[in-house]
Amino acid sequence: MSHEQLDARRMLCPMPVIKTQNKVAMMHAGDVIDVICTDPGALNDIPAWARINGHEIINTVQTDDEITISVRVGA
Amino acid sequence: MARQHKAVALISGGLDSMLAVRVLQEQGIEVEGINFYTGFCVEGHTHAIRNHDKDKQKRNNALWVAEQLDIKLHIVDVIEEYKDVLLNPKHGYGANMNPCLDCKIFMVGKAVEWVKEHHQDGFDFIVTGEVIGQRPMSQRKKTMPIISEESGADDLLLRPLCAKNLPETLPEREGWVDREKLYDFSGRNRKPQIALAKSFGLNDFATPAGGCCFLTDKNYSDKLVDLWKARNSREYEMDDIMLLKVGRHIRPDSGFKLIIARDAGESKFLEGYRKQFPSIYALSHSGPMALVDGNFNEEHYALAAGIVARFGQGRNADEVELDINIPEQGHQQIKTTPLAADDVLQEWYV
Repeated sequence: MSHEQLDARRMLCPMPVIKTQNKVAMMHAGDVIDVICTDPGALNDIPAWARINGHEIINTVQTDDEITISVRVGA
Repeated sequence: MARQHKAVALISGGLDSMLAVRVLQEQGIEVEGINFYTGFCVEGHTHAIRNHDKDKQKRNNALWVAEQLDIKLHIVDVIEEYKDVLLNPKHGYGANMNPCLDCKIFMVGKAVEWVKEHHQDGFDFIVTGEVIGQRPMSQRKKTMPIISEESGADDLLLRPLCAKNLPETLPEREGWVDREKLYDFSGRNRKPQIALAKSFGLNDFATPAGGCCFLTDKNYSDKLVDLWKARNSREYEMDDIMLLKVGRHIRPDSGFKLIIARDAGESKFLEGYRKQFPSIYALSHSGPMALVDGNFNEEHYALAAGIVARFGQGRNADEVELDINIPEQGHQQIKTTPLAADDVLQEWYV
């Protein structure tokens, strides 16, 4: 199982979702990716994208400046 | 056993594409969505940069629609390819810099490519939520066949909301879709769509005023044209088109332009660009972050600082100290008198 990181800081919706989608397409079921964003919209969009596509949000950490959303890749 | 036919639908996030998918789902057709990101798409998030828009829904409508319809959505970055559509539209522009007809042809063409790539997964045809007469440039009786032909979709392009006003398509002729259960909507009246939405139990849907693209907006288009004129080139990068959505744009000199934040939300957003663009902000008083785009040198500093000071809390002070940062060169402090309101000329505003 791999654990990767994606820097989506300063990107506005829907770029964090597109970058996550493209990265996940190259990963395997069970792998985890931490997406680091600054657009608060990602708090809504990445989970919505994950639900539609069968992935799981396993953690979300929000600070004043950044949001890190951890996604486990679905089958 | 007959093969299950599937469709890919262009999902904008608005009501029409949502209904088009729902109509086919009623016929048992499996649909997946595709959404193209050009960089000019109007998104709640872009508006949400500003403080007073913070309460607006921060959702991507295309994703939201896909979730309501229980379909997969493929979001495709077409920023680079879209440049040619914007810069060289065969069918010209609409009221502003919006190449709507070429844009639709491009997007349907991209969907054609996607269907070809995924034919082995059962995808056979393309669906849009187009309605004849709905849009003055791209959705007219005359333009419907142009989109089908020039995109390469031909009779694989089905528009369920107005199909009965158009010639039969392959999915209808082959019986994959029952034409009788499609619709004959036309014109700008939204009542039939709203009634159909209600019949499906859909009560929440996006109704973006002026469409879903910044290029239909006069102010945005004016800023884009100004940028091209100032650079003597129509090339643009993603950061350029993002920054046109934010702040006051003031061009006091043909060589440079100031982008001045209108509130704390925009200041925070512009701060993210300080490594790429020269920036100015007040040290002695509260005030907005400003970026400088263009050929900016020391002879411009006093004028630029005076304008930025004008938009901060020190606007009435005798003197304001500001920091000017030039990437890879460093910071410089400057003291200046803020420009009087009348000295910020109206023609400087882009």
